[in-house]
Order: sequence, then structure tokens, then C-alpha cells
Amino acid sequence: MEAILEQYKQVTEAQVKVWFKAAAVEAFPKNAGACIKYRDKQIAVFNFARKNKWYACQNLCPHKMEMVLARGLTGAEGDIPKVACPLHKRTFSLETGENLNADLPPIATYPVKIQDGFVYVGFAE
Amino acid sequence: MKKVIVIGNGMVGYKFCEKLIAKAPAGSILLTVFGEEIRPAYDRVHLSEYFSGKTAEELSLAPRSWYHEKGIRLFTGELVTEIRPDKKTIITHRGQSFAYDALVIATGSRPFVPPIDGVNKSGVFVYRTIEDLEAITAYGQKIAGGKRPKAAVMGGGLLGLEAAKALVDMELETHVIEFAPRLMPRQLDEAGADLLRETIEKMGIQVHTSKQTTLIGGNGRIQELQFADGSSLDLEMLVISAGIRPRDELAKNSGLTTGPRGGILIDGTCRTSHRDIFAIGEVALYQEQIYGLVAPGYDMAEVTAEQILGGDKNMVDQIDMSTKLKLMGVEVASFGEHFAPSPARSIVFEDKYAGIYKRINISEDGSKLLGGILVGDAGDYNMLLQIAQNGMTLPPNPEDLILGSRGGDSQAFGSVLDLPDSAQICACESVTKGDICSAIVDQNCESVKSITKCTKATSGCGGCKPMVADLLDATLKSMGKTVKQTICEHFPYSRQELFDLILVKEIKDYDTALDEIGHGHGCETCKPALASVFASVYNETATVQEAIQDTNDRFLANIQRNGSYSVVPRIPGGEITPDKLIVIGQVAKKYDLYSKITGGQRIDLFGAKLHELPEIWAELIAAGFESGHAYGKALRTVKSCVGSTWCRFGMDESVSFAIDLENRYKGIRAPHKIKGGVSGCIRECAEARCKDFGVIATENGWNLYVCGNGGAKPVHAQLLAESINREDCIRYIDRFLIYYIKTAAPLTRTAAWLEKLEGGIDYLRQIVVEDRLGIAGELEEQMNGLIDTYSCEWKEVVDNPELKRRFAHFVNSDNEDDNMAFVGMRDQKMPRPW
Ligand code: SRM
Ligand SMILES: Cc1cc2nc3c(=O)[nH]c(=O)nc-3n(C[C@H](O)[C@H](O)[C@H](O)COP(=O)(O)OP(=O)(O)OC[C@H]3O[C@@H](n4cnc5c(N)ncnc54)[C@H](O)[C@@H]3O)c2cc1C
Ligand code: SF4
Ligand code: FES
Repeated sequence: MEAILEQYKQVTEAQVKVWFKAAAVEAFPKNAGACIKYRDKQIAVFNFARKNKWYACQNLCPHKMEMVLARGLTGAEGDIPKVACPLHKRTFSLETGENLNADLPPIATYPVKIQDGFVYVGFAE
Repeated sequence: MKKVIVIGNGMVGYKFCEKLIAKAPAGSILLTVFGEEIRPAYDRVHLSEYFSGKTAEELSLAPRSWYHEKGIRLFTGELVTEIRPDKKTIITHRGQSFAYDALVIATGSRPFVPPIDGVNKSGVFVYRTIEDLEAITAYGQKIAGGKRPKAAVMGGGLLGLEAAKALVDMELETHVIEFAPRLMPRQLDEAGADLLRETIEKMGIQVHTSKQTTLIGGNGRIQELQFADGSSLDLEMLVISAGIRPRDELAKNSGLTTGPRGGILIDGTCRTSHRDIFAIGEVALYQEQIYGLVAPGYDMAEVTAEQILGGDKNMVDQIDMSTKLKLMGVEVASFGEHFAPSPARSIVFEDKYAGIYKRINISEDGSKLLGGILVGDAGDYNMLLQIAQNGMTLPPNPEDLILGSRGGDSQAFGSVLDLPDSAQICACESVTKGDICSAIVDQNCESVKSITKCTKATSGCGGCKPMVADLLDATLKSMGKTVKQTICEHFPYSRQELFDLILVKEIKDYDTALDEIGHGHGCETCKPALASVFASVYNETATVQEAIQDTNDRFLANIQRNGSYSVVPRIPGGEITPDKLIVIGQVAKKYDLYSKITGGQRIDLFGAKLHELPEIWAELIAAGFESGHAYGKALRTVKSCVGSTWCRFGMDESVSFAIDLENRYKGIRAPHKIKGGVSGCIRECAEARCKDFGVIATENGWNLYVCGNGGAKPVHAQLLAESINREDCIRYIDRFLIYYIKTAAPLTRTAAWLEKLEGGIDYLRQIVVEDRLGIAGELEEQMNGLIDTYSCEWKEVVDNPELKRRFAHFVNSDNEDDNMAFVGMRDQKMPRPW
């Protein structure tokens, strides 16, 4: 079961080898999340329209290993942008992936860029 | 740098690290910790929650990264095998040797296993570590077959009863075997123990007292227990919980002084017979006693940290052994001198029917509370403990302390503010009332959470939380600050204030609300709370502002364990035609949905994938169904009984009335879900009095009850109006519901709301029935507005291709979630277990 977690590794902007063209900007809800597929990975992408910022992270919640994070409510704790898992409301920073309200391991986050009306997510492979 | 080594990374060893690091100047200490267990220290006190789903990570006191950040070297899975006080070094089982300037032994204790023949058989367990619990679970699953296997706990003390609860939860036939003549002999007197026994026997646990086990029989694995009185018990599993023994073997071998019955001897500075070696927690023998509780261990951790840093803090003379526990849902507490000391007077209150026993011991002159025992209801434990510990003066009739003051509104206890500043509120972290008040006054803490951050109070066992909340309330009030129930960091208002602001300022969406009356970017608390307000003010369906809805509302369905969803069509009053039943069956079959009759008189179809929801609903809507709003904080069901239509006792047509009420209020959003019931006579087959509103037919008309619920804290609804006609009944429910919707805090059911409403049901009656505030007309109008604007949100989705698109799992692929898995169960399916 934990093996699936191994597929998701933090990627920083500097490590990006592939910018994957996910979908048009309009395909994503505003101030909420949606899920994209990249090879055998499921990635949650969030459009923080109020701040004009985008974030991406693994769709897999490390609590019970379900593919649900894209369906969670987004928000902020202080200045940290976060997502709350829809199943048991564990929250994660969308910048560092850190679990903010319990002791779960961090989730992997990925860089996002917007170009010509399309959303690109950065991967290291 | 001073080299400090800790042997043992359990609860107390960890607490010591936390305290030492917090107190020591940066860079002055090199702290090294050895733990025999494979994982870093975890919360043993809440170990049993492992059975109710807490994971090892959640029980952990701090992740490995914490030790790393603090510069602590942590070696887990490494046993210290030798101490050489002369060379000031320790040696581990891997042969590594480390030098220390100060050594702290925190090796805890091990479960005591009595020397009975057969203890080595398989199926015999102890209860102390996560590994023990894993082994118990695995064995329990192995023996769980068609019949109900028998299991027993040896030892009817506090830990034994906790272990028994675990066995019950594993659906084993559970026995408790106690050597003494009563349960919990250390904490309870005979009457208290008898009552506890009766209560847990009602739960199906068989208790055997005065039983000495002489043999554990069986061929390789346990099959029976034999007792000294010649009797025996067949069983398949045994958990031994017969007390603890300090793990002092290391100390003994290296020449430290230990007690005749074990434990490393320490003085008031927590030093052992060697100046540089300290012992803390369950391994330490202080004042000729081992303390099997965390609070005294945490005190030792504090004293040792201070001593190592050159301070002069000492242990207090009187170690407090007061405890409050919840065993199988029964509250049990003992505090102070709980067995009658002499000379003293005791006051005893017992209600066998309700399962409550309370005893307090009072000084001979009636002026001081010495201690007591509470079984069944320990709600007043914190306050009683404070009164005893601080020698506070008792009320003129001390019996008021356990009976409550009768007549008049005066409180037997007085206010929390009367406590002296030195009163210890949080025993685990040694936080006093003074510390908490100064956090509120000087550091501007305005929530329990921020007090926890400042002082650490409530972060141990959590038992002091209610008292901290009371202190916060009272202190803020005394400072002239209004005690504000703000919903979160983004909106400095209560739900009621937000409701009024949104109405008055005509704010139509969440972003505008953030800009005009809030700040920041919102969170998972304020978004759904405001969504509920928008829904109540404008009857806006959840599809309009999808991004602020909680997941169930966003996808108009309840999310299930594996991320699939359930589908609940409305079946008003529980009445359904055969044709519609057939449609439900056909749809369930087509989409392979697990089908179940719910507790709310309707049918739930589980296991739908996100993208299937619109298709499923299209078929149901075509057959005349509507959303059942099972996902919303909204009207759920109005349950009915068949009533006078069929039933020989029926006084009126309860089904017709229930259907009308359900159709009237369907779709209405509220602070929490609302449920109704209509019964045709006082036999009450529809359980109307367990509902937020309930109507019962009588010879003289309808009786209307409000503010009941089942669930976690069952409350019977109270009579609002008697012998009224149908029209008045509807009018009163209209007014009642709107008044509740406007004034309740988020996620508060009507019963909890009424409990907080000053004046209670009488005041509510004045508003709803007698119209004392003159707002009845307005309330009715608002209800009519909501009813007129109702629409089925699933119909909206099914008719709108753009809305339907929200239900795809991926935005860039038509694939399904390949991680979602089902397994078979009784001819249907269920999610793969976690
Ligand atoms: C399906 C059902 C159990 C069943 O198999 O029978 C059920 C299932 C759930 N109940 Fe319930 N409750 C169901 C009848 C009840 C009843 C019985 C009744 O209504 O007569 C009660 C006690 C009565 C009451 O509410 O006062 C009940 C008291 C609760 C509570 C506790 C409420 C409380 O105030 O303490 C919760 C938790 C909550 O709402 O916060 C809850 C929450 C839930 C949730 C929503 C938990 C969740 O968030 O996932 C479950 C959702 C199931 C789903 O996905 O559809 N359910 N639940 C029943 C659906 C009834 C229906 O047709 O809508
Ligand atoms: C099920 C259960 C419920 C409980 N409920 C409560 C409660 O409600 N309230 C309460 O106050 N208390 C409760 N307790 C008691 C509480 O857990 C203990 O008082 C507390 O854990 C003692 O802490 P400690 O650090 O002294 O010992 P421990 O937590 O046992 O830690 C000692 C650690 O040292 C390790 N160790 C031992 N020898 C060596 C060695 N030579 N080298 C390296 N490591 C070593 C051990 O493996 C262990 O991990 C409960 C205990 C249990 C088991
Ligand atoms: S009682 Fe209700 S909430 Fe609890 S498991 Fe059953 S359905 Fe779920
Ligand atoms: S599965 Fe995400 S919080 Fe539990």
C-alpha cells in the first residue's frame, strides 16, 4: 500500500525536466481544485484565483491513501496556502507539503506555470 | 557542551527532552536518546485509540524530524545493556559506547506476568506497546470464525478494563478476571465498584471477582483457565493486565540502589544513589512508591531538567494520584483521599437506575473536601479536585457538591475565578490558573487553541479542556471583553452576526464577503459556514458557489471511505410506490451499487463513482425522484408511522402529515441537519421525540415537540405546544426553524442550540407561540420565501452540461480513478478496507 506513496516526490522549480501541458485554464474551477493525470500519477491542481496563484500536489492523501485531495476545500492558515482533505480534514501546506494539523508525512508538491491560456505542471521525469 | 544521555524514549523520556531543550541555552547541551522500541515516543495513555482507528503516526508525540530539528541524537530500536557509573559511559546491545556528564534513566515499566503455568502459550498477550495491540488484533482476527470466540482479561484494574473494551470491540465474548473481591480495587470503594460492575455487565462483559488463576491450559495455544476454587473457563485468548513492574534491571546490575520490590530509588531532586544519574517516570521509586501515571512522571522530567541545568527545583511532597477515566463509556474518577480517612464524614449519592455513584469525604468539621469517588457521571471532577487541592471553603450544605444546589439559581461551586492563582489546572503540564490567566490577559490569548500554544495546557490527556474553556470565558468577561464565538481567523464574527451582515449588506457571494467583512483568503471552516448562510438567506443551491461547499455539498453526495459516493433519493415520509421501488432496484443493479435501507426510512445506494453521479441521478429524476439532501446541512427526513390510515390505535393521519412537512421543508439549509417525525399516537412508533421537530397525534389535536436528537448525545424533544390544529402546527414549525437557522452557531443541532438559549424552552415558546418579540410574521415570511424558491439541485445539474462536467475525475482524461477498489461482501460490494 505504501508503495504508491513512493511515486510522489517533491519537485522544485529547479528540478523540472518536463513541463506537462495539462489543460486549458478554463477547465479548472476558480478557488478550488481539480485532478489531472500524468502518466500513472494523479495530481491535484488548485487555482487560487483571488491571489492569481496556482499550486499542484499529489492527489493521494497520506492519511488513508485515497485519491481525494483535489476535492478538498482550499484556504490559508496565516499566509500559508493550504488544502483540507475531504475525508477527515487533515490540512497540508501547498507550498511545502507539510501537514499542518497532525503528524502525517508531508505531501509532494509540484510547480505550476500558466502559458498562453494553458496550465503546465512541472515534473522531474 | 554538557553531554546528557536519556535511556528510554517513552512518554516521560520524551517529555524530559522537550523540557530540557526548551530551557537550555542554545548549544550548551548535547542530548542523546536511546529507545528500545522501533518508533519514537508515542502516547501510551491513548494507546487504546489505536483500536478505534488512530494510527501509530497520530499517536506519536513528535515526529523524527522534531528530534533532528532540535539537534537531539535519537537511536531507536537500540537497547542500553550496561551503565558504567565509574567511567560515566553506557553501552548498547550493538556494542556502541557513549560517555555522559548526566544520565537520565526513563525505562518505564513492563507488564507484570504472574508465574502461572502456561503463560507462554500462544493466544496469551500483554497490553503496553503498539506491537502488543497489533498482535492482539491479528490473533483476534484469526480466531474470529462463525461463532463468537471467548476471550478474557486477567486483571480488573484500570488497564484491564481498557483492554476488555478492546476485546468487546473485536466482537469477542469478553470476561474479566480479578483476584481482588472487586473491580478497580485501588481507585474504588465497594459500592462504587459494584455499580461499575453492574454497568459493564449490562454491556455483556462477564466479571469474575475473587478468582485466582492457577493454570493456563491448552495444547500449544490457550484453551482454558483453571482457578483455585476448582472452577474453570474455556476460552481462546487471554490478555494479562495484572499490574506493572519497573524496568530497573540496568540499574541493579550497575550498583544503583533499588527498592526491595523494585524501582530505582530517587530523592526529591530525582537523583539516584549516584549524583550524576537521575531516574524518572514509572521506573523511579519516590517516597516508597511507583507512580503508574504520566503526571507525576512529567513532574520528575521537569525537576530533572532544572537540576541538570543547575536549578534547585524539587519534587512536591504530596504526589497527586487523582484520575479520571472513561472506561467503556462509563466515567470513573477518584481524587484526593478517596477512601474514607478517619476522622472524616462521607456523603454518598447513588442512583442505581441511572448508574451513578458519587461519594465525597469531608473533614470532621465540615469545612474541607478531602477527596472522593465518582462513577457514571464525573462531570464535576475538575471542580471537585480543585476544591480539595486548594482547601477551598465548602458551601453551607456540602451535599450540594454532588447533588447540585436545589432551589434557586445559585451554583454550588461558585465561579472558576474563585480558584487561587496557584491552583493546578493542567496536571500533565503543570499549568496553574495563574499561568492561564496571564496568557489571556498579558499575551492576548482569546481561544483555547492559543492558550494551548502559549502554555501547553490541555496538550496532555486533555481532561482539563472544559475548565480551561471556562477560565477563558470568565476571564474575558471580567476584562469587559465580549466573549466572541468567531468562526475562524478570517471572519471576526459569530454565525448569527454574519447572517445579519449578509442580509443587511445584501452580500451575494463569498469573495465579496471576504473583501467587505473579512480578511485573508478563507479556509475550510468559514467557507462551508458562509455557504450555509447564503443558502439560508437566498435559498441558493450548492451548485452556485461550488468552491466554498464542503465536499459532500460540492458534489451533492456523501463521500465514502474510498472516495466513492452515495446516492439517496428523497422518499417523503418513507412512503413509496412499488413502481418507484422497482426503479431504484433497476438503477442500483445497472450501476452495481450497494443497497441498504437507512435508519431514516429511505434507501441509500453506495459505491457510485464521481463521474457516474449525473447519469444515475438523470435516471432517478426521470422516474420522478428528487435529491434527498443526505449530503447537506439541510432537512433530511420526516419519519412517519402508518397512523390512522391503517393502525387500529391511530388518532390522525400521520403519513399524510409527514409527507406534507417533508415536502414543505425539503432543500432548506440550516446550521446543521434537521430531522422531523410524525407519530399517529403516543405509542410513538415514528420516534418523533428524538427529532428536531416532532409531532404526535392525540385525541385533542397535535402535540408539537422541538429540539430532540438521537446521535452522539441523545436528547428528548420538549413540548412546545399542545392540542393544536394542523395549520398552527405548521406555523409554529416555520417560526421555530427560521429562528434556529438565524441564530444558531455553525454545526449546532437544535438541542445544543436550545441548551445555550437563555431562558430555554419557556423563552422559545414566548417567541414562537406567544410572539413576544413581535417577529412571528417576519419569521413566517422568510420561511415562505425559502419554500417558494426551492428547486432540486440534482435536476439543475442533470439539465446543465456545464455543471455535469464538474463530476469528471480528471480534467484532462476520461479515465477513472484506478486507485479506487472494492471487495465483495454478502452478494454486494464494499470499499477495500483501510
Ligand atoms: C445512512 C445512515 C445510516 C444507515 O445506514 O441507516 C446514516 C449515515 C450517516 N450518518 Fe447518520 N445516518 C443515518 C441515520 C441517522 C439517524 C437515524 C434517524 O435519522 O432517525 C441518526 C440519529 C438521529 C439524529 O440525527 O438525531 C443519525 C445520526 C448521525 C449523526 C449524529 C448527529 C448528532 O446530532 O449527534 C451524524 C454526525 C453528524 O451529523 O455530525 C451522522 C452522520 C452520518 C454520515 C453523514 C457520516 C458521514 O459524514 O459520512 C453518514 C453518511 C452516509 C452516507 O454516505 O449516506 N448521523 N444518523 C442513515 C441515513 C438516514 C437517511 O435516510 O438520511
Ligand atoms: C493502555 C494504557 C493506558 C494508560 N492510561 C493512562 C491514563 O489514562 N492516565 C495516566 O496517567 N497514565 C496512563 N497509563 C500509564 C502511562 O502510559 C505511563 O505512566 C507512562 O507511559 C510512563 O512513562 P515512562 O516514560 O516512564 O515509561 P514508558 O512510556 O513505558 O517508556 C519507557 C521506554 O523505555 C524503553 N526502554 C526500557 N528499557 C530500555 C533500555 N534498557 N534501553 C532503551 N530503552 C529502554 C521502553 O521500551 C519504553 O519505550 C496508561 C498505560 C497504558 C499501557
Ligand atoms: S453510526 Fe452513522 S456515522 Fe457512524 S458509522 Fe454508522 S452510519 Fe457512519
Ligand atoms: S484520508 Fe485524508 S484526512 Fe483521512
